[in-house]
Amino acid sequence: MGNSSEAIVHIKHLTKSYRRGEQTVPVLTDITFDIPTGEFIALMGPSGSGKSTLLNLIAGIDKPDSGILKVGGTDIALLSEGELADWRAANIGFIFQFYNLMPVLTAFENVELPLLLTPLSFKERQERVELALVMVGLSDRMEHYPSELSGGQQQRVAIARAFISDPVILVADEPTGDLDRTSAEEILAILDRLNKEMEKTIIMVTHDPHAAKTAHLIRHLEKGELDVEN
Amino acid sequence: MHFLKLILRNTLRHKLRTGLTILGIIVAIVAFGLLRTVVDAWYSGAEGSSETRLVTRNAISLVFHLPIKYQDRIKKLRGVTEVTHASWFGGVYITEKNFFPQFAIDAKTYFDVYSEYIIPPKELTAFTTDRKGCVIGRKLADVYGLKIGDTVPIRGTIYPGTWKFNVRAIYDGAEAKTDTSQFFFHWDYLNESRKRVIARSARTTDWVGVYAINISEPSRASEISGEVDKLFKNSLAETRTETEKAFQLGFVSMTEAIVVAIRIVSYVVILIILAVMANTMAMTARERTSEYATLKALGFSHLFISGLIYGESMIIAFLGTLIGILLTFPVAAMFSAKVGTLFPVFGVSLETIYMQAIVALLIGITAAVIPAFRSAQVPIVEGLRSIG
Repeated sequence: MGNSSEAIVHIKHLTKSYRRGEQTVPVLTDITFDIPTGEFIALMGPSGSGKSTLLNLIAGIDKPDSGILKVGGTDIALLSEGELADWRAANIGFIFQFYNLMPVLTAFENVELPLLLTPLSFKERQERVELALVMVGLSDRMEHYPSELSGGQQQRVAIARAFISDPVILVADEPTGDLDRTSAEEILAILDRLNKEMEKTIIMVTHDPHAAKTAHLIRHLEKGELDVEN
Repeated sequence: MHFLKLILRNTLRHKLRTGLTILGIIVAIVAFGLLRTVVDAWYSGAEGSSETRLVTRNAISLVFHLPIKYQDRIKKLRGVTEVTHASWFGGVYITEKNFFPQFAIDAKTYFDVYSEYIIPPKELTAFTTDRKGCVIGRKLADVYGLKIGDTVPIRGTIYPGTWKFNVRAIYDGAEAKTDTSQFFFHWDYLNESRKRVIARSARTTDWVGVYAINISEPSRASEISGEVDKLFKNSLAETRTETEKAFQLGFVSMTEAIVVAIRIVSYVVILIILAVMANTMAMTARERTSEYATLKALGFSHLFISGLIYGESMIIAFLGTLIGILLTFPVAAMFSAKVGTLFPVFGVSLETIYMQAIVALLIGITAAVIPAFRSAQVPIVEGLRSIG
């Protein structure tokens, strides 16, 4: 991946549309912009504006129709499904609105999941997971199942899972959307720390202007087109 | 390790649903095993037949008998080591429900030809020296609580009157597949009683049902069969000789439609449980679409996702089958006890257990094919949007 002076995400003339029956619905139209390495960017916009689609494209879980999409210098649109899976495992950390934890796994096991795709030993994994859970303030909840945790705690487990394999980019889709104000503040503080202290590039989709203020850069999407705002 | 942990925990996630599916598989596997055992029991006579034994019967039909004088003529043929005879008695012991075959036999030769019926020498001597004596199989003795010295009244349906026999010997089978539910008594007793009742009726006395012929070389079975039949060509009672196995299969073929029906039912049972299992796996996979999408987003492969579904399906099928196979034995024993001596040999064979295991493997794999394929194919974005 690049250093902080380079764009970690380079997007040029990106378009994406979905087929709904016989109809083709454009979602993103001619998007061009760069995200510098180490940036904390918030993507805002009304429902259906295409912000989640843009996030999914950058995260490599969806493919564009046309345009250039380079993340960390790799044109991910050209990768096969298998290559994309490996690429995501190494470069992207996911934070979802509804946490998306495995209900049958404990907090420890959920955080450990991405490390199962690495050659680390159990001891190495254990050390990392414990450290990550300490960082998000859940050292006393390691053996708890998601159903035994509050929403804020579950999201903290999800954040630990997102950065455990040390990805360069964290993508967060409405990370505070399902939380109360206090929990949301805690989550945003953790994201801010990850950006500042661990130099993670964070791309966050949010409806919440208050949450967006945590980001250093805010970009608005409106009907699939990008506007600029700071 | 984590893969197995995830599979196991997923399997136990909906305990009721998993439990009911396993219960369904248990019932199906037991039913399949039981039906296969019934089919096996149907063929047990043929399976237990000897390669060195031929059976000669009246060429017209088994209903018609053969003269006793044929015995000596058959014995003189080259390659024939012993000849005996047996006649169907068709009596009733107390009630019609108590069915078991009774044969009037040549006491001197019968157990030489049927060497798989093991009788202690003292008991055999006691039988041969008692004109009203009888030999019963171990299963028969166990089912009806008969023992040496008991008197067994049999009401004749072909030969009128109530015939009383003294149990002089109980035979065991040389092998598990040997029929030990038969009842043998002296043909001489039957023949002489008939002579007294129907004086000078040459057509109903001195005749026997079938001849059993021991031969020295199984490879000459066809040749000797031809020679026997040639001996009595154009006689009053022409013969038809065949191997014991062919003779037994002739009986099975008379009821083949029933056997075919049982076989079909056994496969239908499996198809039904396959549909139930496939439905369970489809529901399971659909509910977890979002989780599978998350795993894929994290970098886990399609193969991993498919493995989770196949693994869960196999565990459910394995547990159901294991319990089903173990339960097949007591259920078969209960069934056997219930039907008494209707099936002379009734036991769950190794082949049946193999078939149950293969069926379980097929259920486990087949039920997971479509859910696994669909789950692997669902785009991540679409999967993440789904509500479990």
